Amino acid sequence: MTVLNPLKPSERMKIARQESIEQPALDRVQNFTEVSFGVDEERAMIEATRCLECKNAVCVEGCPVGIDIRGFIQLILQKDYAGAVNKIREANYLPAICGRVCPQEEQCEVVCTLGKKHMPVAIGKLERFVADYELAHNLFVAPVITNKRPEKVAIVGSGPAGLTCAAELAKMGYQVTIFEALHAVGGVLRYGIPEFRLPRQILDIEMDRIKQLGVEIQTNFLVGRTATIDEFFNEWGFSAVFLGTGAGTPNFMGIPGEGLTGVYSANEFLTRVNLMGANKFPRNDTPIRMGTNVAVIGGGNTAMDAVRTSKRLGAKRALLIYRRSRQEMPARQEEIHHAEQEGIELLLLTNPTRIIGDENHFVMGIECQRMELGEPDDSGRRRPVAVKGSEFVIPVQIVIEAIGQQPNPIIQSTTPGLKTGKRGVVDTNDKQGTSRPGIFAGGDLARGGATVILAMRDGKTAAASIHDYIQSQKNVPEQVEAKVS
Amino acid sequence: MFPILSKEDLAPTVSKFLIKAPLVAKKRKAGNFVIIRLMEEGERIPLTIVDSNPAEGTITLIVQAIGKTTKQLCSMKAGDSILDIVGPLGNPTPIENHGAVACVGGGVGTAELYPIAKALKDAGNRVYSIVGGRTKELAILEAEMTECSDKVFVTTDDGSYGTKGIVTDPLRQLLTDPQIGIKAVYAIGPLPMMRAVANLTKEFGVHTLVSLNAIMVDGTGMCGGCRVTIDGKMKFACVDGPEFDAHQVDFDELILRNRSYLDFEKISVEQFAAQQAAAREVSR
Repeated sequence: MTVLNPLKPSERMKIARQESIEQPALDRVQNFTEVSFGVDEERAMIEATRCLECKNAVCVEGCPVGIDIRGFIQLILQKDYAGAVNKIREANYLPAICGRVCPQEEQCEVVCTLGKKHMPVAIGKLERFVADYELAHNLFVAPVITNKRPEKVAIVGSGPAGLTCAAELAKMGYQVTIFEALHAVGGVLRYGIPEFRLPRQILDIEMDRIKQLGVEIQTNFLVGRTATIDEFFNEWGFSAVFLGTGAGTPNFMGIPGEGLTGVYSANEFLTRVNLMGANKFPRNDTPIRMGTNVAVIGGGNTAMDAVRTSKRLGAKRALLIYRRSRQEMPARQEEIHHAEQEGIELLLLTNPTRIIGDENHFVMGIECQRMELGEPDDSGRRRPVAVKGSEFVIPVQIVIEAIGQQPNPIIQSTTPGLKTGKRGVVDTNDKQGTSRPGIFAGGDLARGGATVILAMRDGKTAAASIHDYIQSQKNVPEQVEAKVS
Repeated sequence: MFPILSKEDLAPTVSKFLIKAPLVAKKRKAGNFVIIRLMEEGERIPLTIVDSNPAEGTITLIVQAIGKTTKQLCSMKAGDSILDIVGPLGNPTPIENHGAVACVGGGVGTAELYPIAKALKDAGNRVYSIVGGRTKELAILEAEMTECSDKVFVTTDDGSYGTKGIVTDPLRQLLTDPQIGIKAVYAIGPLPMMRAVANLTKEFGVHTLVSLNAIMVDGTGMCGGCRVTIDGKMKFACVDGPEFDAHQVDFDELILRNRSYLDFEKISVEQFAAQQAAAREVSR
């Protein structure tokens, strides 16, 4: 393999990490086009030569789905980009999505050997490059499934967990149907993540590739209402069910004024834009209310998405209000950086206490108080403590709360025997099995709020468990028969 | 796609649709609603299911052309199709035998009330119904309500039909008559009407259920746009309701919230009217 990369490790270390080509901040706040264009072939090749090709490729351990990172980078060095993306696809069926939204800096790249003394290999950018290259050159070939199996599996929810589980099971030959409550597929990838981070076209193509595996997708189907899980087993003939319904129910702070017009959950705000196209009103029917000043409450990626979306909808002043300091913000560094480039103001160590309305019940301001960091709390982060008498009011017309979500309770309440813990999170074991045989769960529904890639890992683990479960069920009667004879 | 099998105009702005939606029809109970979307650029709106026929795989919707989407739907005909329908959504109405009940419908709300009145009658109740409307044309479904009621009162705001007045007039009579002994009230109609009913029945201490038509996007508990204040606590009309104890509802807040997009609605309605006019011009 060293033939491919004649550079000595010491020489590789001297090469600078390649950066993405990005839309200038002043331009991009005027549109919903993708912020980053990724790296081009030349930069990708330079970046690939930086890889030290470590024998113990620690990056692979850092990847939640165990992509053969060293292997795909070596294929890039051979200019076999289609081979590289297929190598990724062995472990992850959504490379164009993960190359964009995965927090590589906390996973594969944080453990990269090169990163100890230098900057780590830009693994995420390389993943995106090969996925985009394959797309641009139309190199995708759908795998042929030869070992068709008769058993049917129902996947509930078409987000990252469900899609991954569906793809893995379809590759094993199972008859897979995904049930989606909304009219469009993708779950949080569709309604939550904005177009400027994940273009709709990329999403549509990745969805289509899942369909090409023979996966059926039934939209407009709310499991628990349109049919229950027990009906899936008893009437629909499904052998197993995977629940990947995410954490879609938004939390609210519970402060006065949340009923005012102009107060949104981040879920509603983003759904109106991402799913319903409210940014195109009146060409699209769904409206969205905007203001000159917008306050988004929260410090996670959803808060970042909401505040950056509000800027693109025309807010002059887009504020992010977070009660802890910058260090504790759960959002990706890259997102915070992009937000600041776009003129988003971060109001840190600040906590809203009430939302103020005008005589027409419209938001006109938000009252906040200053916070300071006290002793560490259960999460290990220093607990924010209110500074007495520090209240102040900021004039805003729109308030968006992005303070977390919890699982939608419909399936839990309509599936007897399905055990749940805190806030309706479904209890699962390390194989993604639930308290009910044949029912598996993963993603935010089983985690309460995590990342796309962790949801995908759960989907993958669940697919293997579902396979074991279905096969073990088949063997049970045969063994009984053998004993009888 | 969900084909419209038949359409009947009940009033100049109110139409009744029979729609093929087998999965919804199979599971639907009184009180459930659907979310519909007419086209790719369309919005998602909630509509209560008036009736269903599981054997035929059909549901019935009764729609008043008020906003852009309802106007567009009412311009559609048998043979056209609705792009998306999801349901049945929301909790079904709790139906029990109270003895005597009053069912109060206002305008197109009577369409939503009708399946509940029918279910209450089937459960053994004596059903006293009040059908209200601003005008004769908007006091709908009198015949259907008569079929499932022991007695029906009709009121119109302008006196063009039935008794001139509002629904609370006959309701007060019913509540004050000890021989009738109303034990529960079900009211569906415009928010001010439901608020008036709630205020009245509170005086008499009679349990009252209302169905709240909050603004929704997904209708499955995801957006929180339909949040309503019930007994001081935040609830989502789509998954916690749509029916709530009328005496605990903060109607004033909901009335204001439902005005959130009136300016946008006006733009959409005007644009749709212009498109309709242009289409008529072309067909001429």
